Amino acid sequence: MAEIRNYTLNFGPQHPAAHGVLRLVLEMDGEVIDRADPHIGLLHRATEKLAESKPYNQSIGYMDRLDYVSMMCNEHGYVRAIEKLLGIEAPERAQYIRTMFDEITRILNHLMWLGTHALDVGAMTMFLYCFREREDLMDCYEAVSGARMHATYYRPGGVYRDLPEHMTRYEESHLGDAAELKRRNAAREGSLLDFIEDFVDRFPGLVDEYENLLTDNRIWKQRTVGIGVVTPERAMQLGFTGPMLRGSGIAWDLRKKQPYAAYDEVDFDIPLGTNGDCYDRYLVRVEEFRQSARIIKQCVKWLRENPGPVMLDDHKVTPPKRADMKDDMEALIHHFKLFTEGYCPPPGEVYAAVEAPKGEFGCYIVSDGANKPYRLKIRAPGFPHLAAMDEMARGHMLADVVAIIGTMDVVFGEIDR
Amino acid sequence: MTLEDRLDELEESLEEQLEDVDGCTRSRERGELTLTVPRESLLDVMRVLRGNSDLAFEQCIDVCGVDYATYGESEWITSTAANAGFGRGVSRELPEMDPKDRFAAVYHLLSVAKNVRLRVKTFLDADRPIVDSVVPVWAGALWFEREAFDLYGIMFAGHPDLRRILTDYGFIGHPFRKDFPLIGQVEMRYDAEQKRVVYEPVSIEPRTLVPRVIREDGRYEAGWKPEPAEEAGHDDG
Repeated sequence: MAEIRNYTLNFGPQHPAAHGVLRLVLEMDGEVIDRADPHIGLLHRATEKLAESKPYNQSIGYMDRLDYVSMMCNEHGYVRAIEKLLGIEAPERAQYIRTMFDEITRILNHLMWLGTHALDVGAMTMFLYCFREREDLMDCYEAVSGARMHATYYRPGGVYRDLPEHMTRYEESHLGDAAELKRRNAAREGSLLDFIEDFVDRFPGLVDEYENLLTDNRIWKQRTVGIGVVTPERAMQLGFTGPMLRGSGIAWDLRKKQPYAAYDEVDFDIPLGTNGDCYDRYLVRVEEFRQSARIIKQCVKWLRENPGPVMLDDHKVTPPKRADMKDDMEALIHHFKLFTEGYCPPPGEVYAAVEAPKGEFGCYIVSDGANKPYRLKIRAPGFPHLAAMDEMARGHMLADVVAIIGTMDVVFGEIDR
Repeated sequence: MTLEDRLDELEESLEEQLEDVDGCTRSRERGELTLTVPRESLLDVMRVLRGNSDLAFEQCIDVCGVDYATYGESEWITSTAANAGFGRGVSRELPEMDPKDRFAAVYHLLSVAKNVRLRVKTFLDADRPIVDSVVPVWAGALWFEREAFDLYGIMFAGHPDLRRILTDYGFIGHPFRKDFPLIGQVEMRYDAEQKRVVYEPVSIEPRTLVPRVIREDGRYEAGWKPEPAEEAGHDDG
């Protein structure tokens, strides 16, 4: 009889199911995982160290590049920490805009997650469906900030500018036909809010489409039910947050428990899982799609009825209007000081967290009174999740590792920082 | 119950439960509670925080290191200005400081049951930054402690697997320390002759794009008005 021995398998960093640059060293006993040792850091850019060498505002753009599928939520965490340090509060309209865009971001993130997770497990169609909807939401990003992904839209004291009156449209091209162009521009005739409202009206129907494909799908269930089970006690021990924690049945959501922005003004529910396996986490995230759409709808309604400022009028922190700078000396000085030196928050330390789509995204800032953070620590939700890889994968088959990576919703921008 | 009420309650329980631990200090700022613990009693305090039902910190949200070597140092000294760009007034030497308190390990805890957060801080020696690992209390601290070790060189006694995590294989130094330059020590390129990747000392110069300044006149506080200028022409800031 041939001798059977354990062997080590190198999974990634160039593997389509590694979601970026995960290198996973797997010790295998046949096809069963004995030990999983993730090697991370291949995307380490020392964002925190870079932030120490720049005025506060200049690091907002780096936040987009952390978890590059939930850009505005990262900005929100950072901006909130600065606001807490400075003791300022954004105007109400800005809070609603942030709430709305946080939820748009959540849908964006979950669409990315659902598409790639399903693709890893073998469902091609989901990927195409999800990216179709992502396109619309990225257009919202573009309309409001000019960038499809790395928006740098949230600023300490509010948001960069108010929502535009006109939604961006597809332009005529000699390649496309007129009827198709008309169809694609149908929802884009009005303002951004009209477009978003149209989107959230049809989105629950689209979620039904996804669910038709997956929820009762036999293959999907075979690949996810009972895989990567985490008990509620272990989930807490391992520092899980977000859908990973809620999938195990713990009702913890910062939007409800420690409300920020306008979350205490809107109505929504927190879905919970019961078994803590990949399938339950899938169900939790799918329900979050619907709840996000619900929140966005309420925000759209409020934003239509309540015009107002979206940025604080404190020019030590926010730039003055371009028109004011033409004939107001003080505005010109404020602008110059703000963009060359920045602002100096009082010494102290703060931690502010938001419920990012992946879990708790927190920023810990130590300030010594300078115009740059003395220390910025980014608490990325994916980091402790991936740390639990070994525990979750042990005893499962090799193919299940892919399902477990998928269910963790890891993005290496935030894990490696 | 508001956040303030919950924090009041937490302060009371902390007072009660940590009576017999010497050297613990509490501070409360901006709605956040910080507990500073001497290095030796950290693990005991953490066990109480996790296990006691009045405190019940089930989750360790974050562990990180802080290097206080240049705390409160401003970079911009215009009296020594030369004509070599923005970096001219910037000193890159570490200032003298008491090595006893150079590093800090900072833990952010969360109680899901009580809905409060607590920051626990412990200061460490520069020569021997070592503290007990909290992995036996919270398994989730495993990677956070590896990261603090990697970036700051803080050692965690009793950690089951204290390896580097974010930096490259074979990396030398602890890059987030304040004496580690932002541009790094080495750069890497593919050498066509040797047919392998080689490491060389960095060839770029450190630059300061925006100098670090500390304004102590309170200009960011509410209601601040500039003092009337006495005589023009003597402002060196």
